[in-house]
Amino acid sequence: MKILIKNGRVIDPKNGRDEILDIFINGNIIEKIDKNIMEKGDNIHLIDASDLVVAPGLVDVHVHLREPGYEYKESIKTGTMAAVKGGFTTVVCMANTNPVNDNKSITEYIIKKAKSEGACRVLPCGAMTKGLKGKELAEIGEMYEAGIVAISDDGKSIRNSETLRKALEYAKLFNIPAISHCEDEDLSKGFVHEGGASVISGIEPIPAIAEEIIVKRDMTIAKYVKTPIHLTHISTKGSVESIGEMKKKYDLITCDTCPHYFTLTDRATLSFDTNTKVNPPLRSKEDVKAIKEGLREEIIDIIATDHAPHDLTSKDVEFDIASSGISGLETALGLSMALVHEGVLSMSMLIKKFTENPAKFLNLPYGGLAHGDAADIIVFDPDYEWTVDKNNFVSKGKNTPFNGWRLKGKNLLTIVDGKMAYKDARFK
Amino acid sequence: MGKKTVSLLDKKAVDRTITRITHEILEKNKGYEDLCLIGIRTRGIYLAKRINDKIKAVEDIVLPLGILDITMYRDDIFKLKSPEVKKTDIPFDLNNMTIILIDDVMHTGRTTRAAIDAIMDLGRPKKIQLAVLVDRGDRELPMHPDYAGIFYNVSPEEAVLVRLREIDGKDEVIVVRT
Amino acid sequence: MKWNKKDLLGIRELTKEEILFVLDSADSFKDISKREVKKVPTLRGKTVITLFYEPSTRTRTSFEIAAKRLSADTINISASTSSYIKGETLKDTAKNLESMKPDAIVIRHSMPGAPHMLSKYMKSSVINGGDGAHEHPTQALLDLFTIREKKNRIDGLNITIVGDIAHSRVARSNVFALRHFNTHITLCGPPTMIPHDIESLGIQVEYNVEKAVQDADVIMMLRIQKERGGIAYIPSIKEYSSIYGLKTEHLKRAKKDVIIMHPGPMNRGIEISDEVADGPYSVILDQVENGVAVRMATLYLLIGREI
Repeated sequence: MKILIKNGRVIDPKNGRDEILDIFINGNIIEKIDKNIMEKGDNIHLIDASDLVVAPGLVDVHVHLREPGYEYKESIKTGTMAAVKGGFTTVVCMANTNPVNDNKSITEYIIKKAKSEGACRVLPCGAMTKGLKGKELAEIGEMYEAGIVAISDDGKSIRNSETLRKALEYAKLFNIPAISHCEDEDLSKGFVHEGGASVISGIEPIPAIAEEIIVKRDMTIAKYVKTPIHLTHISTKGSVESIGEMKKKYDLITCDTCPHYFTLTDRATLSFDTNTKVNPPLRSKEDVKAIKEGLREEIIDIIATDHAPHDLTSKDVEFDIASSGISGLETALGLSMALVHEGVLSMSMLIKKFTENPAKFLNLPYGGLAHGDAADIIVFDPDYEWTVDKNNFVSKGKNTPFNGWRLKGKNLLTIVDGKMAYKDARFK
Repeated sequence: MGKKTVSLLDKKAVDRTITRITHEILEKNKGYEDLCLIGIRTRGIYLAKRINDKIKAVEDIVLPLGILDITMYRDDIFKLKSPEVKKTDIPFDLNNMTIILIDDVMHTGRTTRAAIDAIMDLGRPKKIQLAVLVDRGDRELPMHPDYAGIFYNVSPEEAVLVRLREIDGKDEVIVVRT
Repeated sequence: MKWNKKDLLGIRELTKEEILFVLDSADSFKDISKREVKKVPTLRGKTVITLFYEPSTRTRTSFEIAAKRLSADTINISASTSSYIKGETLKDTAKNLESMKPDAIVIRHSMPGAPHMLSKYMKSSVINGGDGAHEHPTQALLDLFTIREKKNRIDGLNITIVGDIAHSRVARSNVFALRHFNTHITLCGPPTMIPHDIESLGIQVEYNVEKAVQDADVIMMLRIQKERGGIAYIPSIKEYSSIYGLKTEHLKRAKKDVIIMHPGPMNRGIEISDEVADGPYSVILDQVENGVAVRMATLYLLIGREI
C-alpha cells in the first residue's frame, strides 16, 4: 500500500525534526520524507494532515493485555485495538497473565496471537521469576529466544533482594532490560495513598515510602551488578528525587510514569469511586507537582499507560476489595497533552517520552521517522476537544476515573507497519 | 390589585371573645374541678395562657397548663415542607382530667383528631373538650368544637388569619383573598 | 430550615445547621421514650431494614427500637445469615432489597464507602451505621447531643479522644462534627494508632494521656483492639492499659465537671477502669438513651416526608 501524508507538522525528536513535511509510505517502510513530495501514480492513499501533528507511532512500555487467562477483562485483539485508537503502534505486555508468561510456550502463544489478531506490534515482557513468586528464576533464555524484549515481575516486587540481584545478573547474558515494579509488600497493605485524603476516608493507607524504599534498593542493586534497570509507574516526589540523584552517578537507569500520576491526586478517592483505585495509588498534590517537574527535568524519561483493564464485576464492589487499575490506552494522549497546554513540556519533549525514549531503552528500531524506518506513524490533533465516554471505549475495560472529562488532544489516525490500523470518524 | 382583607375581629373584639369563651368553659363544667388547659402549637398556646389568666381574674385559681405539638401525629406529615418537630410539654398527670384543648382556627378537623391521638398516648383523660377562636367550617372529619369564638364560612379562595400580639405583634382576626 | 437529604452517609456531608437541626429534633423524640406509651404513629407503614455485615447489638438494637417507636416495621439482616455467605455481592444485595421497596436501610459494613455504593443502587434512604474506619454519623450525633445536654453548649469546650484513632470511625465522625463548633480537640493514643497526616486537619495530637486530659471538659474513650489484620500496633493489651487506660487519677487533671464518654462496648479494665466507667462523671448510659432519640430523629427526617 502507498500512503502519502501531506502538510503535517512532523515532530520526530529521534531525528531532530519539527517542521511541515510530507511523508511517503511504500509497503511497510517510509520511503520518502521531505517538503512537497510529488508522487505520481494510482493507488496512492492521500492523507491531508494540514494543521495536524504527524509523529512516530507511540510506544507503550507497560500494558496488561490479560491474555491468556483473563480474556473477560481484555484480549490481545481488543487491547491492541484500544492501543491503535490511542495512537500506540507498539505495546509491551506484562507477564502477569494466567498462566504467567514465565516460559517460552506462553511467550510463543502471545506472539502468535498478536500476529494473527493484534492491531499493533505486541512485544511480550517475560517474568523474572517463575509464577511471579519471587523465588526461582524464570527461563529467561528460552523466553528471549521466543521473543521477549524485557523481564519484569510487574504486579509485584521481588521481595528477596538476593533473587532480584540474580535475575538482573542473569539477564545480562541476553542484554535485555529489567522493568521493576517498586512496592514494599509489607508496608503496602493499604489501598490508597497515606496522606490527607486517607485521614478523612479511613481507607487503609499505603505510605509513599513503600515505593521509595524499593526504588532505592533496585537502583542500588542494578548499579552494583552493572545492569540497566527501568523503574515503572513512578508516582512520588521521593522516587523522583532518588532517581534524579542516582542518575548522576549511574546512567543505566530509566523510569516511566503514567498519566494518572500527573493528573489526579489522592483527593479523588474521597468519593469511594473504585475507578480511582490504582497501584501505586493516586498521590498527594506535592507528588503530582514533583512528577511534572521530573518529566520536565527529564528525570522521568518515559510516559507509559500501565493499561489495566478490568471487568465491571471486579470494580463494582467495595473499595477495599475492588481490583486496582485504570484502562488507560484511549486517554493517555489526551491527558498528556495537558502538559503541553500547561507549558510543562514542549510538544517535542512530550512526543519524545512516548517514542524515542521508550524505543531506546528497549533497543527497538522504532520511535522515529527516518527514511527506511518501519512505517509506524500517527496523525493527531493537539487542540481537538472531546469528552471521554467510557461506553465508547474499544477496550473491554471501561474502568476509567476520567469518564466525562473534557480533554484537548486526540489521535486521529494510526498506521502500523504501513497499514491503516485506525482512522477516527472525524478525520477529514 | 392585591389581597382584599376583611376584618372579622379587631383587638377589642378578640379580647371580648376570649372572655366569653372563658365564661362558657366555667359554666359548662360547673366550675374548675379537674379542669386543665392544653394549647395546640402554636397560637393555641397563647390563647390557653390568656384563658388561664382570665380564669385567675374570675376564680382566683390557676389551672394546669400544657403545650401540645402534634407534628408526629399528623396524617399529612409526608407533605410537610418544614419538618420541624417541637416539644410537647404537659407537666401534670392528665389521667381523669377534663382537658380543654385550645386552638386558634378549626377547619378540616384533622388537627383535632391528631391532638386527640396524641393525648390518648399520654394518658386517659376523663373528658376532652375543644375551644377555638374561629371555626371556618368545611369539615373533612366528624369533629366539632365545644366552644367557638366566631363562625365564618370561608370560600376556597380565602384564608382566615389569626394574629396574636405575643407572636404577631397585634391582635386581630382577618380574612384574606389568596 | 429545609431538610432535603435522602441519605445519611456521613457527618462530612452535613452543615452545622443541619447537625443542630437533628439535635433539636432529637430533643422532642427523647420525650417519647420517657412516657408510658412509647410510640408515635409518625412512620406508620414504613419499612426499615438493618443490614449488618459486622456484628453489633447496641447500634442495631438502637435503630430497631427507634424505628419501632415511630411505628415503622423493622427487619434485621446480618451477614452470617444472609446470602452474603453464599457470595452475593453488595450490589446484588442492594438490588434485591430494593425490589422489596423498603423505605430505609441502615447498613453497617467493615469497608469504607459501602453505604455510598448502596446509595448508588437504591432509591430508599441509606443510613450509615458504620463503614469500616470511615464514619459512624449517628454515633457522632448522639455524642454531640449528650455533650450539649450535659454542658448546655458545644462551643468553647476542650474535648479529648483517646484510643485507636487511626482505625476509629467514631473518632472521625466526631472530629468532622465538632469542627463546626468552637471546640479544642485533642487526639491521644500510641503513635502507631494516630493517622500519619493528621496535622493536615489542624488537630492537636498528644501521645501522653496525662497531658491530653489536662483541663478536658469531655473525655471520649475508644475501644481498643490489639491487632488488625495480624499486625501488632501495640505490644500487648496489658501495656496499652497501663499507659492509656483511663483511671480515676487522670480525672483530677481534667475539669471538675468533666464527662466521660464511650461508644461501647467497653473493655472494662482495659481502656477504662471500673471506677471511672461506673463513676459519677460517666455519661455512657446517657449516650445509649440518647442514641435512640437521635436515631428516631434521623429516621423521621429522612423518611418521614417526601423529600
